[in-house]
Amino acid sequence: MYQYTEFDKQFVRARAAQHRDQLERFQAGQLSADEFKPLRLQNGWYVQRYAPMLRVAVPYGEISAPQLKVLARIAREYDTPDPALLAEAQATQDKIAGLAPKLTTNYGHFTTRQNVQFNWIPLSKSADVMDLLASVNMHGIQTSGNCIRNTTTDELAGVAVDEVVDPRPYAELIRQWSTLHPEFAFLPRKFKIAITGAREDRAAIGWHDVGLQMVKNPAGDIGFKVLVGGGMGRTPVVGTVIREFLPWNQIMNYLEAVIRVYNRWGRRDNLYKARIKILVKAEGQRYFDEVEAEYQAIVEHDGGLHTIPQAEFDRVAACFVAPELNLPAATAEGANEWAAKAEADVSIEAAKTPAFARWMTQNVKPHQNPALRAVTLSFKRPGQAPGDATADQLDASAALVAKYSAGEARVTHSQNLVLPWVRLDQLHALWLEAKALGLAQPNIGLLTDMIACPGGDYCALANARSLPLAAAITERYQDLDELHDLGHIDFHISGCINSCGHHHSGHIGILGVDKDGKEWYQVTLGGSDGKDLSGPTGPGKVVGPSFSSFEVPDVIEAILDTYKALRQPHQGRHEYFIETLRRVGQDPFKAAANAARHAAVDAQTA
Amino acid sequence: MKIITAQEHQAVESPAVITLANDVDPRTLDLNGVTRIDLQFPKFTDGRAYSQAFLLRRRLGFAGELRATGDVLIDQLVQMQRTGFDVAVLREGVDASAAQRQFDRFAGFYQGSAVGTQPPFAKAA
Repeated sequence: MYQYTEFDKQFVRARAAQHRDQLERFQAGQLSADEFKPLRLQNGWYVQRYAPMLRVAVPYGEISAPQLKVLARIAREYDTPDPALLAEAQATQDKIAGLAPKLTTNYGHFTTRQNVQFNWIPLSKSADVMDLLASVNMHGIQTSGNCIRNTTTDELAGVAVDEVVDPRPYAELIRQWSTLHPEFAFLPRKFKIAITGAREDRAAIGWHDVGLQMVKNPAGDIGFKVLVGGGMGRTPVVGTVIREFLPWNQIMNYLEAVIRVYNRWGRRDNLYKARIKILVKAEGQRYFDEVEAEYQAIVEHDGGLHTIPQAEFDRVAACFVAPELNLPAATAEGANEWAAKAEADVSIEAAKTPAFARWMTQNVKPHQNPALRAVTLSFKRPGQAPGDATADQLDASAALVAKYSAGEARVTHSQNLVLPWVRLDQLHALWLEAKALGLAQPNIGLLTDMIACPGGDYCALANARSLPLAAAITERYQDLDELHDLGHIDFHISGCINSCGHHHSGHIGILGVDKDGKEWYQVTLGGSDGKDLSGPTGPGKVVGPSFSSFEVPDVIEAILDTYKALRQPHQGRHEYFIETLRRVGQDPFKAAANAARHAAVDAQTA
Repeated sequence: MKIITAQEHQAVESPAVITLANDVDPRTLDLNGVTRIDLQFPKFTDGRAYSQAFLLRRRLGFAGELRATGDVLIDQLVQMQRTGFDVAVLREGVDASAAQRQFDRFAGFYQGSAVGTQPPFAKAA
């Protein structure tokens, strides 16, 4: 992981002090609510349906065991609403027709952009929480507001077997460059960058304002393929390639050009037309030409101030060397032998214990180092919202990370936690411990490993609740054999068109809509995040008019039954859902979904 | 950075002083004889004038006064200075007492600025 220098540390502390200063001026009436709002937003403080929400930045998803422990402490000691507030909130939620799960407190929530959120911290305690975060080099800088947000990346960065270039040093350099950039703090709208260094895109770069794919040109030079103008929301757009190859050391100069032109030209008259995707669509080549001209001027006239010197790259990259793992064999030959034996031992254990074998298949990924594996802890299980972790689970995760993964974990965009440095000979012990904590559900990539936003239980923007639907689907699909038989499915739920639950990119997507003050849900099919299995990046198509919350689980079941009826063998396995859908088209699925409508809603809410 | 009140801010009828709307490309201007340019923040969340200031200072080498006007608040002063402004007219009613400590808070920043400072890595090299 990147090691914070004294400069980095004092910067985070200064930012926490700045927030305290602003909070005190707000409390003293020297800053109006409207003036304070954009300031607190850029430190991650929203005000949600019932209480403030804090979004803590986890740069490119990398998090350490001590940082997880501090998040646990924040969940335990600060994520506690006043009892009267909680009672009032629950009473209000109970009035919504349909299932109303209990609101929960004292937990952290892993987000689709690899950050961590808390839902109940009183604003009056926000400055204390920022100080606590700063003690482990954490903060909420630019996790909200119309500025450059946290850069996201492949959760397997630095360990993936198909990696071309480790993107993490570049992600860190972008973090530094974008942090409190004076010119780009008040853009037309938020600005999200994703970066991948692997052959397969696991970072959904096509869905970002800027998507970066690290490549090597025929001469072996490292650079970026640059996409611009992707985004979800009301108008889903896939990013367009603006540069096939940008030399690695030019990334900041080039981003400066991309964002300066956007800052000057982007629309500010309509919230829904303010993202860069609308500008790129409207201006097309004219925008591209302007960016190239601006980039040339930055390099030639301004002196390319942010061309990355090799020494600076080396300093940052040195932080990302593989950790010392005390593997028993010292020589390369001995290491291979050791790995082969450890792998054989794992196979024996898997043959004895089917549940372990299933977990190995579903939750454990190969690694650049043949002696290691990347393990996903699943935060998708009955009784808890997708991506939620209690204070105790955060503490227990920190302990597992310290014991089994060299003290480092990754928050994934599918709202789980990856341990990237697990020794082969410790997989079984890790499984046993994770299982005891309820974090070893072998469902990674399966239907119940769903993405869901907090929705109308917490979010002030939501049109409908996401979590009751997530709970209903989780409950209906508890049979592991059935889940595994259904195979890989990206199931994504958003509570409103802002698309935080990435419904556009779900093989099956659910979008909450509001009709006459009631919750309804649109179902989309065939969306893709751009990974190999999902196919080319693109939004799903709506199957028909929206469904009631009571209908949705039946609709999902009808769609999945259709898949089971239509799927064919493919390379020694069943076709995946998305493969069948692509082969046969949407019609049979649409017909099944629409036939599953039923009028039970009035009877059940009466 | 010089911070002045709305009362001290004089609109001047002179070809040497330009008031620039925030959607104008400063590269279209004739800067000959211009000594002051008033840039505008119609709302403090509208950040276009930051890019105008950067272009005027760094790209066009404008050496005169860049004045921030409009919805100018305490918490944007530091970034105004870093993008090239040297005078800010605080919005009517804003108490200036909290301003100075904002300039003292950060020992340094990650980026180079419009006014000559370099990113820390360039200094170290």
